[in-house]
Amino acid sequence: MAEADGKAQKDAGRGGGRLCCICQARKPALKRPKTLQQICRECFYAVFEAEIHEVIVENRLFKPGERIAIGASGGKDSTVLAYVLSELNQRHNYGLDLFLLSVDEGITGYRDDSLETVKRNEMQYGLPLKIVSYKDLYGWTMDEIVKMIGMKNNCTFCGVFRRQALDRGAAMLKVDKLATGHNADDIAETVLLNILRGDIARLSRCTSITTGEDGPIPRCKPFKYTYEKEIVIYPLTPISFYYYFSTECIYSPNAYRGFAREFIKDLERIRPRAILDIIRSGENFRISTSTRMPEQGTCERCGYISSQKWCKACVLLEGLNKGLPKLGIGRTRGPNAEPKQDQMPNGSRSMASKQCGTLDF
Amino acid sequence: MSCDASSCQSSNCHRNGDATRPRHALPPVDDLAALCLKCKSARPFSSSSSAVGGGREDDARFCADCFRSNLFGKFRHSVISNAMISPADNVLVAFSGGPASRVALQFVHEMQYKVQRDFDASRDRSLRVFGVGVAFIDESSAYSVPMEEANKVREDIRWIVSSLSPPEKELHIFPLEEIYSNGLNNGKEKLMELLDMAGDATGKEDLLVHLRVLSLQKIATDNGYTRVVLGSCTSKIACHVITATVKGQGYSLPADIQYADARWDVPVVLPLRDCLEQEIDTLCHLESLKTTDLPHKESLSTINTLVSSFVALLQKENPSRESTIVRTAGKLTPFHFNRIPELKDDNVPLATRRRQKRSSLKLNGSLSSESFCPICYGPVNPTAHSLSVENTDQPRCNIFVDSCCLSCRFQILPQDPSQMEHFMELWPQTFVTGPKQQARSLHLSSLREQIQDCLLSDSDNES
Repeated sequence: MAEADGKAQKDAGRGGGRLCCICQARKPALKRPKTLQQICRECFYAVFEAEIHEVIVENRLFKPGERIAIGASGGKDSTVLAYVLSELNQRHNYGLDLFLLSVDEGITGYRDDSLETVKRNEMQYGLPLKIVSYKDLYGWTMDEIVKMIGMKNNCTFCGVFRRQALDRGAAMLKVDKLATGHNADDIAETVLLNILRGDIARLSRCTSITTGEDGPIPRCKPFKYTYEKEIVIYPLTPISFYYYFSTECIYSPNAYRGFAREFIKDLERIRPRAILDIIRSGENFRISTSTRMPEQGTCERCGYISSQKWCKACVLLEGLNKGLPKLGIGRTRGPNAEPKQDQMPNGSRSMASKQCGTLDF
Repeated sequence: MSCDASSCQSSNCHRNGDATRPRHALPPVDDLAALCLKCKSARPFSSSSSAVGGGREDDARFCADCFRSNLFGKFRHSVISNAMISPADNVLVAFSGGPASRVALQFVHEMQYKVQRDFDASRDRSLRVFGVGVAFIDESSAYSVPMEEANKVREDIRWIVSSLSPPEKELHIFPLEEIYSNGLNNGKEKLMELLDMAGDATGKEDLLVHLRVLSLQKIATDNGYTRVVLGSCTSKIACHVITATVKGQGYSLPADIQYADARWDVPVVLPLRDCLEQEIDTLCHLESLKTTDLPHKESLSTINTLVSSFVALLQKENPSRESTIVRTAGKLTPFHFNRIPELKDDNVPLATRRRQKRSSLKLNGSLSSESFCPICYGPVNPTAHSLSVENTDQPRCNIFVDSCCLSCRFQILPQDPSQMEHFMELWPQTFVTGPKQQARSLHLSSLREQIQDCLLSDSDNES
């Protein structure tokens, strides 16, 4: 599909010489990261948006009349997603009610800044914004949690809480679906990490564009085939974009996850289509149905979906409130977990390399 | 994995989590701990020569004998539990000169030697001794290696193989250009031209691998072999898992990484699938097994080299990483041909047949795939492929391109469609099957007969 096009266009590009190899009229302004074809600015925006539209239509991500929450962290992915979705919604009459949904983890000097950007976006695109905070939901901010448990393992709390916070926020907004800004690089990286970690269950579902369809609020990834580099290039437009140049989450020491990220970037340098190829591999992996998936129930305490008696968030919260923060950490970890992986949020996070502040599945 | 607590340094031991014990405690000095973990009598070899011990510290605490028998045990287990070699077989060991295939050759030789000894000692002589041959694919022309260096490597190979008798092993030195079996001596030029057509550096490397596999099949069929033994070890397979994923070959990947692969005329088996490269290198070092290598400069920026350095890095950080990768990929559903076809012959001893029954049970849920990519022979995902193969109006090369997997189309086939006709001329004719039969070429149909019982009825959409 898109790849075949890309190849054809690339061939055309070789002979194309000075002109943009899509419109053959204007001077090329950039080399498109996905295909390496030299194209002009206008064609880049057109093709960038057209591809996302195609993904949305082909995968039937949205139905007319649906209320959609966009998980907004203030970072580049979610900011561009919010803009592109609202543009496409108007242009192609999706008939969607769009909302911005942010989670305030309560990290001073990090999240408070990025939330400012989200608020700006709210004004700029006219999308209603809902912020759910850890403090309101759980009575703890991340700052307080870190004070209690230290710099290690705090990503476990953040990851588990964020997942649930997003679902709760989405429920408050009464939306039908949640769109997140995960891009192609993220997904390719998840595929590799799941292979390296031996997580066959996650490997089987990490490439699906919509997840949690049996849960309360399904999530989808309109940027599944969109390259990170193109998301970075996209805002260099006449339209002013504000997004938070997220450095690293101040509580997430960067360790193991850098490996895979670096590797993907190296691959992209040699062969840009490698990212799409990894995703295709992930989609085509045949995983026998005998791999048993955990049964889904509800948490006895809060009613959230859970495979155990209590959901992970309640277990963690109980530990925090009782002053036993180690409770719940490490239980989901396999017996073979390496010390190096301690810094990786386990269990609920499959996007190990996402910055702590970005939104998760 | 739990191990002896007093001296464990291995990072995957759960006792490391115990906070009371200082991490990375040095092995205690008492005598028992300084002895081999298994036999408790000899000294571990690594304490004397720590250079070869490597990162896998479980093994480093074995004495040389126990280390060896442990490694041979893994080989033997995979041979026996997958019915790789039966007494009636004639086994061709693919020997590149490198450590892994050297160890494979050594182990196959030992197995044969033992069987021969039992045979000589037994009275009724009912069980035959399997035959062993060795194949060396000489790729010196593809890498433009100077004549004298190539000759030296061939000499080494001859010497290694001849030192492994009795029983006598036939050595087949097969220059890669001989896949052009038309008897003309322009094979070398044709080969170079074919390789040059693959514009992508990774594609060229892979093309060589495919040609090598085809050559092995050619040697095996021409000389009556019934098995091809490859020396692929865990580390190599782990790299293949990642490279295949990166190249978008996720569908066909499970076909390549099983113990047995019978999509070919002559089934290919991987008895060293559970052995790590490090262990193999250690064994070569311990026993001073001679290895040799065709000198060629590896191009630096290919997917394959990038992946192998990435995997090596991960392995260094965690000594069980390669096994984890292979184990994960091993959970993907294999194909129907990923087992040794059952022998129907009544002459086959009952024990052998029973063993085969047992090993074939494991693949109950396997997929059945009908069409193979004509370049890499990987099974092609039927859902991703249009059925344009049926359309006979198209030019021959379009049909050929359509039947290739997406990965080969990108990295091996010439990007310029006008060159396609020439590429097909250069593709070794022995292996190009008519486009109409492509999906079920002759040898595949014979293969199919043998696996008829495990084909699903809904796979008959081939009219």
